[in-house]
This record gives sequence, C-alpha cells and structure tokens, in this order.
Amino acid sequence: MSTKKSTKVEVNNLTKIFGKHINKAKELSRQGKDKAEILKETGATVGVDRANFKIYDGEIFVIMGLSGSGKSTLVRMINRLIEPTEGEVLIDGENLMKIDKKQLREVRRKKMSMVFQNFGLLPNRTILENAEYGLEIQGVDKATREQKAKEALDTVGISGYNDEYPDQLSGGMQQRVGLARALANDPEILLMDEAFSALDPLNRTDMQDQLLDIQERLHKTIIFISHDLNEALKIGDRIMIMKDAKVIQTGTPEDILTHPANEYVEEFIENVDRSKVLTASNVMIRPTIVNIEKAGPRLALKMMKDSEVSTAYVVDSRRNLLGIVDANDVIRLVREKNGDLTSIVQTKVPTTDEDTPISELMDDISQTSIPYAVINDKKQLRGIIVRGAVLGALAGNEVSDFE
Amino acid sequence: MNSILGSIPQIPLAHWIDNFVDWLVQFTGFFNAITNFIGSINNAFQWVFDLIPIWLFIVLVLALTYYINRDKQNWGLLIFEFLGLLMIWNLNFWRDMTQTLTLVLTSSLIALVIGIPLGILMAKSHTAEVILKPILDFMQTMPAFVYLIPAVALFGIGMVPGIVASVIFAMPPTVRMTNMGIREVPDELIEAADSFGSTEWQKLFKVELPIAKTSLMAGVNQSMMLSLSMVVIASMIGAMGLGTKVYFAVGRNDAGNGFAAGLAIVVLAIILDRLTQSLTRTRRKH
Repeated sequence: MSTKKSTKVEVNNLTKIFGKHINKAKELSRQGKDKAEILKETGATVGVDRANFKIYDGEIFVIMGLSGSGKSTLVRMINRLIEPTEGEVLIDGENLMKIDKKQLREVRRKKMSMVFQNFGLLPNRTILENAEYGLEIQGVDKATREQKAKEALDTVGISGYNDEYPDQLSGGMQQRVGLARALANDPEILLMDEAFSALDPLNRTDMQDQLLDIQERLHKTIIFISHDLNEALKIGDRIMIMKDAKVIQTGTPEDILTHPANEYVEEFIENVDRSKVLTASNVMIRPTIVNIEKAGPRLALKMMKDSEVSTAYVVDSRRNLLGIVDANDVIRLVREKNGDLTSIVQTKVPTTDEDTPISELMDDISQTSIPYAVINDKKQLRGIIVRGAVLGALAGNEVSDFE
Repeated sequence: MNSILGSIPQIPLAHWIDNFVDWLVQFTGFFNAITNFIGSINNAFQWVFDLIPIWLFIVLVLALTYYINRDKQNWGLLIFEFLGLLMIWNLNFWRDMTQTLTLVLTSSLIALVIGIPLGILMAKSHTAEVILKPILDFMQTMPAFVYLIPAVALFGIGMVPGIVASVIFAMPPTVRMTNMGIREVPDELIEAADSFGSTEWQKLFKVELPIAKTSLMAGVNQSMMLSLSMVVIASMIGAMGLGTKVYFAVGRNDAGNGFAAGLAIVVLAIILDRLTQSLTRTRRKH
C-alpha cells in the first residue's frame, strides 16, 4: 500500500533437505518429484524446496502452512539456525550465506531477533533479566541494558513484573516478555515462529492487536509464521502459503481470498472463507448520516468532527440516500455562509443491497475509495461497507460498531 | 569338550596388565608430581580442620546448614547434626571423622574438576560420548578393591592412593549427570540463545549450565556418596580415618567398635547428603 517499497529480505532458491542422499534428492526434486516420492526413493526429507520471495521494508509478511509444510524450517534458514542446503538469503542486499560465524553473530545481535512458539524464556532468570539477554551477550553495561529492557517491557505493556520468574506468569504474559526480549535489541527484522499459537484464543487476539499497535509505532519488518489463516488475514500485509515444502502462493490477503492460486489454497480458505456466507448486512458499519431537510453545513461539520470522518452520507427524512458530502466542501459552505448542502452533494455513490454476499463485493471494494452504501429495497440507507471491516469480518472478528 | 578347551592356550590377560602397570611405574616423576599435588590439597583441608576447635566446627556446620536452607528451615536436620556431631566427639572419633571428611572432600573436588568438563565434552560431541560411555561403565562396575593394587604401585601407601581410587570410582555420576543435564536443555532455549547471537561460551555459561544445574548437582551429590562408600576400602591401603577404625574392628572381631565407627560414617554421610541436596534446589531472589 505504501508507494515506494524497498526490499529488506530476499530469498532465492532456498532449499533444505534433511537426511542422507541429499544430491539424489536434489536431482529428483528438479525432475519435479514431490516430497513424498523423494522420501520414498531416497529416505531424505525435503524441508523447503526452492523458495523464492521478497519481503519489503516495514511489512508484516506471514508465512502460512499446515504442520510439515516447511514454514518453520524456512524461517530458521533466514537467520541460519538451520543451514540451508542450497540457495541464498539476502538482507539489505548482503548475502547471509557468504558471511563467517562472527559476522553471522553480529547480524543476529543487531539486525534480527526471534520470538518462539513456546516463548523460549530462561526459567532461571527474572523477567527483566530475560528481556536483557540479547543486550547482555553484546556486552552492553548493566545500567543501559536494564533501561532498554524496561522500555521494551513497557512497549509490550508488561511493566511491574521485573522480578518475577517466567513460570509465575500466564502464557500471554510470557510471550509479551518474549516479544520484549526481541524488541530490546532494537532489531530491524523480527522473526516470529508461531508466536501466538500456544496461547488461548482471547489472549491470541489481544496479542495480535498489540502486535499491530506496536508495528504502527515501530515499523519493523516482521516475518510471522502461522498455521492459522484467520491470523494471517488479520495481521499480514502479505501472505505466503506453503504446502509440502513448496511455496504455493504469495500475495495480499485480498489476492489470496479473491484469486486463490490453486485448489489447495481454495480448499484452505474455504474452511475460513466467510465471504461466501457473509452478506453486506453482516459487515456494514454505521455511517455518519446527515438529514438534508434538517441539517445545514455547521451541524454536518460538527457531526463529521465528532465521528472523525471526512465523508458524511446525505439522506432525506425518509432516510433515502441522496449522496455524500466531503468535509472540505462543507467547510467551504460554512465560510461562504451558505446554509444549503444541496449544491455539494455528490450523487455518484456505489451501492449494494443487504443480501449481497461479500465474495461478490471483494473486487470492487478493493478498487473504490468511497465506501459502499448498503440500501434496502426502499432505497433507504442501512449502513456502509469499509474495506477494513470486510477483512476483519473475514478474519473472524465481530463487526462491533453496528447498531 | 575338555580337550578342545584344553588345547586353546589361556589368554595371558593378567600378565599383560602386570606389564602395563610395570610400564607405568617407570614414569615415577610424573606420578610423584600427582601424588604431591593431591597430597597438598588433602593436607590443606586437614590443616584447616585441625585448626578449628571442635565446638566452633559444630557451630559452623549448623550455621552453614541454616544459611543454605534460609528460605525453608529444616529444624530436624539442625538437631540431627548437633546431636550427631556431639556423639562423634564423645566417642573420640573426631580426628578420624575429619580425616574421612578430608578424603571425601578432596576426591569429590577432583571428581568435580575433571568430571564436569568431561560431561560438557560428552554433551557437545557425539564421538566423545561414544568413547566415554563404556569407559564410565567400566570405572563404575569394576570392583573398587581392584583399583587399590595399581594405586599402591603408582602412588604408594597412604591418603593419596585412597583418594585416586575414590576419584575413579566416584567420578562417573558427575560426568553422566552433567552430560544428561546439558542434553536435556530444551531445543527452544538453545535456539533462543543462538538466535540472539550468543557465542558458544555464552551459551554454555548463561543457558546450558544454569539450566543443567539441578541435574549436575545431583551428580555431584552421588559422587560424594560414592567416595564416602570408599573410605573403608581405602583404609586397607593406609588412608586414615573412620574407615581405619572399621577395618581394624573387622580384624579384631570387635563388633562394638566396628558399629560405633560405622555409625559415625552414617552421621557424616547424612550431613553431606542433606547439605548437597539443599544446594541442588533452585533458589530464587525472593
């Protein structure tokens, strides 16, 4: 969505084969045999098969797949916790495969930090000492690292537990510490391996929201591993789907939902794809409505200010939709001391009825800048559909601000 | 059958081993150096124990116990220690007890200093594990008496050969438990340590050893108990202490004194065991 995207991480032809007979397995893989066939013929397990993708600076890139799809292996090759069999990883253009152990340590210390599924906290250290770990091994002095660790704990919203031990905290809290430990290093890249999968649903949703909050402030490049499509749709700027060691599709959540690359993805999203059952009335939210027969520019402006929007929907006393007004136009009218809104009403508003499935609306919604107006058969305005609410609903959130 | 077996010459195993020990004996200088080194550790401990008045020693043991168990006081143990040590004093076994304690502490210390690094090596290297495992089995299952023979040949008579035999017999648990403790550190913690850019040493000292600590200390505790079980055997080659009293009592068919000295060993064993076990427990700052 940003206008200029610079590539942060580039992965070329990245491959991992576990076991013996690696060369033979490579050969078979080039011939187009799949993971199961290669395992049968050579006994070698293909973890990741020639993955190619780019991750842009400041985006949340979700790698998604079921267990055994190779997603965890893939993320571990990005910081070389697992040595790739073949291929390369470029971070800011620097090839990670060509650097020695010492340089690799520097990259791990400064550029990227990892958050683990089961938190990976050291049980013998307090919360504060855990958050300090990354800085401690870099030789940062005690005072500085304590201060940075405390800031990181604040960022994730868990201050006041400094002297507790990990097992005294709930899972959600422990993972906040895991996240704080990663953030304390101020890395450019965060690797999050199923970071929220071990949490109960409520905690998981909280953590997802919090991650989005933090991302809004810090603009890290986040590589997030998940097996949960709802999670991927909710937090991902782009999603990459993997199956049996291969990359199947990479795209924005909308791309994935509207243009699944193959039957597998289709089937995958079917389980969670609410677009076929959800209709416009399920996802619409309450617009700012101005009754033209009662309100002038001043009232319209106040209402728009109160609800913090720049567009209001204009109706008559029977709630029939007439069009929309833009805040700038309204301000102009107020300055001109013109009391009649009629002159500035824009009548070109996309509309749909309440029973339209959102799968039909997806394409149009992603292309229009004006939210769709939902009208009933008497042409009365019922609500509007904004893009965020559609994606949110697809990801399983309740649309809460509707009457 | 007999004729077939009879026609196969007997393997001269005993002869080979004798030759090997004879061959070792020529490195007198080397073994003398070890003897002096171990002897000086032993003498240092003994010097300290002889210096401390008995009443102060008892107070110090009680204070140490109190300090180690400061967050969960074990009054029963304190009373036991007090009465037990008074009994040893009363039975006139005090010097023997400190000699035995010296032997146990010296051999445990050596077992620790050699055993822990070996355990770490074993955890880190598959080859080391394959080589060390059968050697450890051998060290532990060979009847401890057997070690006395070459020990005397190489280190003479007295405390030092007793300590050497105890170290060989008592070290395996420390090695094994260190190895096991480190191997049982969860993968995710190792990955966490690596992913933040720890060096191998940082990983060892900040993650692996602290987490393996409970298991490692259990090994140390076992080693200490095993070396205590060697004191009677070691007394046969002149290692002084409570063991000597038991050994003499056996020779004189003197059940009374034998049991009295044995009881003193039991008291010492229980005190050492409880103290090292308390150290094993993970302690927290609050």
